Amino acid sequence: MNHLSDWSLNCPIPISADSERISLAHGEGARLSRRLIAETILPRVASAEHTAFADAARVTTIGCRLAICADSHTVSPLFFSGGDLGSLSVYGTVNDLAVAGAYPRWLTLSLIIEEGLPKVILETVLDSVARAARECRVAIVAGDTKVVPRGAVDGLFINTSGVGEIMDPLPPGPGAIRVGDKVLVSGPIGRHGIAVMSARGGFTLDAESVSDSGSVFPVVSSLRDAVGEHLRAIRDATRGGVSGVLYEWAQESGHSFALNEPSLPVTDAVRGACELLGLDPLYVANEGTIVVAIDADYAQSAIEAMRRVVGCEQAAIIGEVQPAGISPVTIRRSVGPPRPLDEPTGAPLPRIC
Amino acid sequence: MKFVDEFRNPEQSLALLHRIKATVTRPWVLMEVCGGQTHGLLRYGIDVELSGVVELIHGPGCPVCVTDMAAIDHALDLAHRPHVLLASFGDMLRVPGSRGSLLTARANGANVLMVYSPLDAVRYAESHPSEHVVFFAVGFETTAPATALAVLQAQRLGLDNFSVLASHVRVLPAMEALIQAPQNRVQGFLAAGHVCCITGYSDYEEFVRRFRVPVVVTGFETIDLLQGILDCVMQLESGSAEVHNSYSRSVDRNGNMHARDVIAKVYEIDTRVWRGLGPVDSGGYSIRRELQQFDAMHRFNLKAVAQNEINPDIALQARCRAGEVLTGRLKPCDCAEFRKACTPETPLGAPMVSSEGACAAYEKFHPRATL
Repeated sequence: MNHLSDWSLNCPIPISADSERISLAHGEGARLSRRLIAETILPRVASAEHTAFADAARVTTIGCRLAICADSHTVSPLFFSGGDLGSLSVYGTVNDLAVAGAYPRWLTLSLIIEEGLPKVILETVLDSVARAARECRVAIVAGDTKVVPRGAVDGLFINTSGVGEIMDPLPPGPGAIRVGDKVLVSGPIGRHGIAVMSARGGFTLDAESVSDSGSVFPVVSSLRDAVGEHLRAIRDATRGGVSGVLYEWAQESGHSFALNEPSLPVTDAVRGACELLGLDPLYVANEGTIVVAIDADYAQSAIEAMRRVVGCEQAAIIGEVQPAGISPVTIRRSVGPPRPLDEPTGAPLPRIC
Repeated sequence: MKFVDEFRNPEQSLALLHRIKATVTRPWVLMEVCGGQTHGLLRYGIDVELSGVVELIHGPGCPVCVTDMAAIDHALDLAHRPHVLLASFGDMLRVPGSRGSLLTARANGANVLMVYSPLDAVRYAESHPSEHVVFFAVGFETTAPATALAVLQAQRLGLDNFSVLASHVRVLPAMEALIQAPQNRVQGFLAAGHVCCITGYSDYEEFVRRFRVPVVVTGFETIDLLQGILDCVMQLESGSAEVHNSYSRSVDRNGNMHARDVIAKVYEIDTRVWRGLGPVDSGGYSIRRELQQFDAMHRFNLKAVAQNEINPDIALQARCRAGEVLTGRLKPCDCAEFRKACTPETPLGAPMVSSEGACAAYEKFHPRATL
């Protein structure tokens, strides 16, 4: 479906018909491969200690437990308001480590490139990978490149694995959630999903939604320092949105989650787009926003700790944990009794009229 | 947020609820015609607040739900043809035809594209001249003008690789069919606000005279819905049956003249099979003969399939009681398959799929027993 001509629409860089493009030969392990890696990839992303990627990276000895995660990243279009595939692939893995209670240290970077991708797009994405890695102070220590025939992938897929050091105190997880606990979010919800949807649909709204794509490590650290002993669970609310996280927690804890709609932080841009498209921001994806369950007595301190972090000024208490009831997740809207909040099923599709 | 919050004001909503309860001396049965209204009512629990006072029957105003299975089968057939790309709205892609949905067809290699607007499909056709783009057009008078504009745009551009599989439906003939059905219980209608934005409400004047039922043009927010209900029960209590416009910030008597012109230019009124209702006289729009090069039925020589020619054995049709739901004879939660065999992941019929479907509204907002 993706035609070469479409790429020029998605990339902020001007691309002409004779722009240099990635060919299958760039992935065949011979001279072109070597040059692509040595001249395009390594100078951009390799860390100071790992300037060449060996078969496996040898890293330093550390005296603590490790967290390991893997994530594959694909987004169409590759560039959207507030981010792109490159930064997304770093933040996604860093965030998985951060919410698992780890300090992100090392990443691997695997590229699966569609034949014909303009080289300048690859370079732009790699620059973004490098910027995000520097910001997160995580070293990219190993990688791999494959080029596949036209149509086999949508432009570019990136897989990153991450290794991090477990930090104490470690939140015990959703099984520890108790009735009376509070539920918090670190910022306005649904921004990433709406930003990508508008980039994909090509529709423009008066107020543009900017993706929240970013590292949640600073906000998790701030929480750990302030109220670490009292945290129950932390998750980044990616696909499935906040509702998806709460459904999982309800299942694991055996309790129900009661949300209060007027307390939800939602930007006007996201709200407007959701009203228009018939979506609920609670189901829409985030890429730099966390959901937190915490002992109610420490919820206010947690909010203050989150709001001290840049980008989390709108952190809010959005609900509380109740005994299992009419639904795993309920919501009290501006009018009427609490109603069940449905579990997200598949990607949200816009309504017809 | 402007234009939203003031119409969901909690104090005003409570006051309206009290007024409705104070007005009613016996329970009344109203039908909200549009699926968007059904979702608004259930989302805010208005149906629960009014239980015993006003019974709300959920009408057929869900474009996806009333789309005849034969039309979906035509779309599936086209999507599998070489060099054809089938474009439609996101909601439509999940609805099962007699052999799967457009989404499953796409997973099996069919060429299916989700678009936000019919004009996106025209743009795609313009930039991909080697493919024939069929826009699968569903919806009421609300979406019919946008499809019509797409046809006119394709004509202006001289495109030979764009056509429309038109399954547009007209709401008033369906209301006439419902009110005349022998088992009808509806005593008043909340007319679909967005449809009336296009059509106006002058046509309802004849309807209320003929059938002696009040019709109130109603919007979608809590206050809109409660005002519509209040107006309707006040009329019923006083024995009057008139057309009132309770959505005047969007609707006037004559509607959107430009949209109506475009509709008249592109379509002719036709009998249409509605899922659940069967053939409805004047119940749909077809592409005019002069524009038949943009009519996929004509371009691909498709034959209208009579309802009784569809394989009656398939489990889906046998078990889905969408017809009774769409005509207000069955509440989704009273269907034996609801939340059992029929879920949003494995829908037996369109009302469970569509974001405006009544079964989806119950799945979303109707309490479950326990975890």
